[in-house]
Amino acid sequence: MIRVRDVLISAALLLLGRRRPSIPVEEDPGDPRAELVVAGLLGLTTCAAIGFIVAYALDPSTQLLGLSLGLAFIFLAAALVVTAHRLVVNEELEDDYPPEEHTAEQEEVVQLVEEPGERLTRRRLLKLGVLGAGGTLGLALATPVLSLGHFLDTKAYLVTPWRRGRRLVDENGRPWRASDIEERTFYTAFPEGGDNEEIAAPVVLVRLKPGDLRLPATLRGYDAGGIVAYSKICTHAGCAISLYRTPLFDRADPTPALVCPCHYSTFDPASGGTVTFGPAGRALPMLPIEVDARGHLRAKGNFDGPVGPSWWGVRIWRPER
Amino acid sequence: MIRKTVRWLDQRSGTAPFLRKSLRYLFPDHWSFLLGEIALYAFVVLVATGIYLTLFFVDSSSQTVYRGPYAPLHGQRMSEAYESVVNISTTVKAGLLIRQTHHWAADVFAGAIILHLFRVFFTGAYRKPRELTYIIGITILALTLFEAYIGYSMVDDLLSGMGLAIGWSVGMAIPFVGANLMSVLFEGAFPGGQSLWPRMYIVHVFILPVLIGTLLVAHLTLVALRHHTQFKGKRETERRIVGMPAWPAQVPRSVALAFATVGVLFLLGGLVQINPIWLWGPYHTYLSTNGAQPDWYLGWLIGALRMVPSFDITIDGYTLVPNPFWGGIAFPTLVIGFVYLWPWLERRINGDDAFHNVLDRPRDAPLRTALGVGAATTVGVTLLAGSADRADDLFGLSYNGQLWFYRVAFFVLPVLFGVIAYRLCNALVAGERVEADRKRAEEEARATR
Amino acid sequence: MPRRLILLAAFVLVATAASNGKQLYGRYCAKCHDTLNAPSLHGVGAQAADFYLRSGYMPLPHLGVQPRRARVTFTNAEIESLVGYVASLGQGPAIPSPQPQSGSLSAGMQLFADHCAGCHQIMAEGGYVTGAVPPALGDDTATQIAEAVRIGPYVMPRFSQHAISNGQLNSIIRYIEYTRHPDDRGGWSIGHIGPVPEGLVTWFIALLALVCVTLLLARRHHA
Repeated sequence: MIRVRDVLISAALLLLGRRRPSIPVEEDPGDPRAELVVAGLLGLTTCAAIGFIVAYALDPSTQLLGLSLGLAFIFLAAALVVTAHRLVVNEELEDDYPPEEHTAEQEEVVQLVEEPGERLTRRRLLKLGVLGAGGTLGLALATPVLSLGHFLDTKAYLVTPWRRGRRLVDENGRPWRASDIEERTFYTAFPEGGDNEEIAAPVVLVRLKPGDLRLPATLRGYDAGGIVAYSKICTHAGCAISLYRTPLFDRADPTPALVCPCHYSTFDPASGGTVTFGPAGRALPMLPIEVDARGHLRAKGNFDGPVGPSWWGVRIWRPER
Repeated sequence: MIRKTVRWLDQRSGTAPFLRKSLRYLFPDHWSFLLGEIALYAFVVLVATGIYLTLFFVDSSSQTVYRGPYAPLHGQRMSEAYESVVNISTTVKAGLLIRQTHHWAADVFAGAIILHLFRVFFTGAYRKPRELTYIIGITILALTLFEAYIGYSMVDDLLSGMGLAIGWSVGMAIPFVGANLMSVLFEGAFPGGQSLWPRMYIVHVFILPVLIGTLLVAHLTLVALRHHTQFKGKRETERRIVGMPAWPAQVPRSVALAFATVGVLFLLGGLVQINPIWLWGPYHTYLSTNGAQPDWYLGWLIGALRMVPSFDITIDGYTLVPNPFWGGIAFPTLVIGFVYLWPWLERRINGDDAFHNVLDRPRDAPLRTALGVGAATTVGVTLLAGSADRADDLFGLSYNGQLWFYRVAFFVLPVLFGVIAYRLCNALVAGERVEADRKRAEEEARATR
Repeated sequence: MPRRLILLAAFVLVATAASNGKQLYGRYCAKCHDTLNAPSLHGVGAQAADFYLRSGYMPLPHLGVQPRRARVTFTNAEIESLVGYVASLGQGPAIPSPQPQSGSLSAGMQLFADHCAGCHQIMAEGGYVTGAVPPALGDDTATQIAEAVRIGPYVMPRFSQHAISNGQLNSIIRYIEYTRHPDDRGGWSIGHIGPVPEGLVTWFIALLALVCVTLLLARRHHA
């Protein structure tokens, strides 16, 4: 134990940079006690290893398995630590570092490589040829990589399942009625008959008091009597906006907000999904909706902007109507 | 027995001289030279446990309905990939032990590489003639971050799905080509085409591990060809190396460390729960959870993403630089770029083009130490910023307040800590000089008495 | 005759309780709730009073802060009379009596992931939302969870029986109760909050232990 302590203390000193000069040690060639300790540790390793097999056969709880296998290795490591310190000769030797360089051989290599080329007369032309052939062949070999996906077709990012007249349904395909949507809570809606996993599919629905809505002119008429629908995918890094902050007592509590839990981008549902906090660079895309004759919510068109995180074309194009 | 084997081998390969030399390879004796070995052994554990896991993993995002024994997931829709990892964790005997050991090994692998990098950086071990060894090492670290990220993204649990969405968004944010590049990699928009899972799988279990393994071999070969560096001593010089021979002194030490690493990883794998994906539940595009963080070695990137204020750089409707580019691409590129280029930057600064086998102590190179401390502080600040929401939840520190603190600290603390480190180095060297002078004076006094 | 007596006794009891409640209300609640500084309690029912008083959310230390779980300042009898008084102020919902054991664990987990995990974290360990702190749900009773879902305290959404039925609510509560003692088959759970504690274990247990092993293996300092 004292030995271990000494090691740790002197190592700590070493950490601080106070290095001691090395003292070669004359170790006793034999150390029967240490040999016994090593044999004991090897025995423990055996026991633990057998323990693992027995545990696997009888009660394969992860804890027993990990404990037995882990300890087997730790005992083995301990046996080797004792071996290293007590059973083998620990003399320090000296040797030369390898030579920094082999100047003669370097010269020979250069000559051997350059010699055949000296016979050539049109070296620049050949160099150009090799460059051209190599470059184009490389390009040719890389071309099939384009089959992995459509490199040029970024318009695919603008395709959404939303069309005029498509009903908004819940996770199980039941259509949302306008009367289902209550104030101070949020709902997730999907396009009827669509694929819920698609990034442009999920929208979050909330109902605000019509008087509280402050939609900009371009988004006028996007709401259905105070019900607003936004893409559920954050415009910063693509996570789902599953936090709705909605004040119980709106005179004192924080204002309504849709929040993304990844980097806490915060959007104002009353003003068209504008960013009020966090890193997102643009507003949440808004889906225009209306109530049909049977009271169901339907899309009135497509989002006012591309769904999901920003990219170079995100402000140039709009999703197709 | 041994004679027979050696003879057999030598006759067939002619390697007896090489073997003799290897057994007498000298290892300088210092604990910090073993940090890289921890990483090596963690890598071996990763490969071994990883191969076992491939025997059960299903690389498919096809949706299925869970009918296994774990009650809270009964009847839930999930991808076949996620279902297979739930099965590894619940029904495969010893499957969870191997899975958890694999995950702990990844965390430890990245950590050991970084500890090793600190030792190499602050002692100047990367200097001529070891720059190549160094940049191979940094490349291994960079590839490891990708490898580990894909590893936990493939599972398709709630956390990993959110991580994959963020990774996709960061890629989309690369100016001019990001959207095109991601369209190719993901086979369309997130959550990707049918090929995405097989692609991630082959990259995670074959392409990157083979690359990392090959670079590891190159790294170790170069270390051996140029020999270890050593700290300055009475006998240790630029031309003479002092150390213990591989056989019999160093081999038991290295093997002991290997077994200790494996042992610690299995103990953690059995006793400490890591990434309990059956508790997180399956990922769907429209789901998310609070407090989602990446594994620690990517925590600095989520911190950086959160610290950037709200803006996209646009020119007349053309989005030049989307927001996640700064935290997700620009910042890590700068950090890793600095680490890559540092040996050449330093040579520019001090004009030192000599061969170095003897290491500096951190205090011997105050500028390097100061810059290293500064860079580490920058990354450290963003790493802490990445867990600001947890600090708000646990300790009641205002998230917004913390964010502003970290934004200021990002610029101030690296400079401050750098200057402190610089001063400290100089003070330590000055203190040593005084001590040496005093000793010499005492000895002279004793001699004259 | 005895029936009348009992009725009379009950009436007297309720009346005294209410009057006692009225006094308590006047002393502790009226200052804010009878002015425009806090919501009026007319029509909130026994449900809200029971939730806010038994969770220690009320009384608030001062206006304008998020109500948080705190030591309950009233005795059980005082709470009962206060609840009775608030309920008597207007027609409002009664205290719910959820039956979590009749709920389904997997349905609860899905409902929780859809409605709750964004703020409260998938293992109900709590989290952060801009400007507020959604609490961990480790200490809430089944009744309190049901009350909170129906009330929507502070900035939490409010879910009516139309949005989340009583049956679904039972499932959600059953899942929340499960998250307190979940299937930690992997060993020590380190908090069910994911990678942050995992990183701490990596550095301060695994790497620290292995660095100590390298110190043990180095030779020169104990010569």
